[in-house]
Amino acid sequence: MTATLGPAVSMAGHQFRYDMRAFLRNRQARFFTLALPVIFLVLFGNVFGGKNDTVAVAGGRMDASVYYVPGIITLGVVAAAFVNLVISVTAQRETGVLKRRRATPVPASAVIAGRALTAVVVAVAMATVLLAVGWAAYDARVPARTLPALYLTVVVGAMAFCCLGYAVASVIRDHDAAQPITQAIILPLYFISGVFVPVDTLPNWLVQVAGFFPVRHLAAALLTAFNPHTTGAGVAGRDLLVVVAWGVAGLVIALRRFSWLPRSR
Amino acid sequence: MSAGSLSEGRLASAEVVVSVRELVKRYGAQEAVRGIDLDVRAGEIFAFLGPNGAGKTTTVEILEGFRPRTSGTVSVLGEDPATAGGAWRDRIGVVLQESEPEPGLSVRECVQLYAGYYRSPRDVDATLELVGLADRPDATATRLSGGQRRRLDVALALIGDPDLIFLDEPTTGFDPSARRAAWDVVAGLRDLGKTVFLTTHYMDEAEHLADRIAVVAGGRIVAEGTPQTLGGRDRMRATIRFTLPSAIDDGDLPDALRPLAEPSTDGRTVLLSDSPLVHLRLLAEWAIGRGVDLPDLDVRRPTLEDVYLALTAPAETP
Repeated sequence: MTATLGPAVSMAGHQFRYDMRAFLRNRQARFFTLALPVIFLVLFGNVFGGKNDTVAVAGGRMDASVYYVPGIITLGVVAAAFVNLVISVTAQRETGVLKRRRATPVPASAVIAGRALTAVVVAVAMATVLLAVGWAAYDARVPARTLPALYLTVVVGAMAFCCLGYAVASVIRDHDAAQPITQAIILPLYFISGVFVPVDTLPNWLVQVAGFFPVRHLAAALLTAFNPHTTGAGVAGRDLLVVVAWGVAGLVIALRRFSWLPRSR
Repeated sequence: MSAGSLSEGRLASAEVVVSVRELVKRYGAQEAVRGIDLDVRAGEIFAFLGPNGAGKTTTVEILEGFRPRTSGTVSVLGEDPATAGGAWRDRIGVVLQESEPEPGLSVRECVQLYAGYYRSPRDVDATLELVGLADRPDATATRLSGGQRRRLDVALALIGDPDLIFLDEPTTGFDPSARRAAWDVVAGLRDLGKTVFLTTHYMDEAEHLADRIAVVAGGRIVAEGTPQTLGGRDRMRATIRFTLPSAIDDGDLPDALRPLAEPSTDGRTVLLSDSPLVHLRLLAEWAIGRGVDLPDLDVRRPTLEDVYLALTAPAETP
């Protein structure tokens, strides 16, 4: 195993360079993954974040416009690591791209890791862009003390959602179904997880439901790292643990069900 | 195996790179492959010819390692494809029946991506040159025409410098000029010394490209041979056709030719001959002697298509 690890890592790097290029050249990916989170941040901050609006958070209150920054970072991470990955991996499988790669000596781990690395890098870049927009537009500042925790959360969240993405892609049969299925899964979760609507305005039972799913915990972990009232390093251990547990569950399903061959034929 | 040509003699002594014995593949109750035996030797272009649904793609996908088999033994480059790993894949190239180019990448980038998968790849630009895409390296791969995509597929299969290349129906859906161009690319693989395993349902494609053909129908091989000898084609009788002037009928033909006459519907005389040269000479001497001209005289050997249709027609309803 260790003998093949070196080549597999360098091949994952090789795959990553081309996956990244393909991602950046895809107009749909550029809009939904790169532009839309920025548009949402600007819209939500302006629509819901009036000057005097504040949101209750652990330890006190924060400006509503600032509150949306970690929320939309959640959306950015999920869009890059989950939605975009499910759509592109399903399309690659159904059009025979994965099958043709499978006929070459490239290790499966390198193909999967190269694609996942693309998602993680995009998620980190999106988090950075959204932080900059939040800072410029709403004076939203992350304490330097908790900045490492914020990026740690972004990376862990992106990796977990990649695993979930591979799991969902592995059960979707049809290329055309990928987009509606992922949106149907993820849009309601955004609404009940504090991404689009502050959690303190939601009925308690809905928050309980959201608490079962990973989007809520990713958003909560990002909010912890973002919240100026947070003491210490800002690592939301319990929330991250739930996100990781979902990722592991996704990984188990993906490993059992992942297919290189088209499934609709 | 009769009538061994020079190249056949060379190939007969070459190493066996694909060996299949009693291969069976069942999908539930349906038996797609029902006991196939075949050998492919190094350096030959082997065509697996048959109608749609004959079991061609199932067989080739078992050889490529994509599908498990129900029973039988399979050896490709000395390994069982069901268990072979990366080192084995380093030595094969695969052109799938249906696959789209890598999304978002240019032609050259697609080939560069694949070059990185192999231990000792061929030169990217030389490979593009070989398949005839050297003038479009920066084109977006997904915007290529069908024929150009196929060339790119061949480039991707070749970039690892494999010993053995599988081509699954490489020209299905092509217009005639794109087919000709694709044939040139495949013929070029022979010059590189590659072994080619080709599946096709076009008889003329097999005849044009292959050193050896196996005809498959209903999951079984029904005939095997060179394009010249397939199905006993070289030993089949030739058809001699001509129209006699109205004053003369079949009964006036020389004694040696009269028993060869077959009934015909169009008023022409039809002779089935196993030694057409001898019989044509007799016919010519007789006609010249009688001052009879035979302006529409033609002699026809059975085409590979005749043989193919005869071989596959009854086997389709098992």
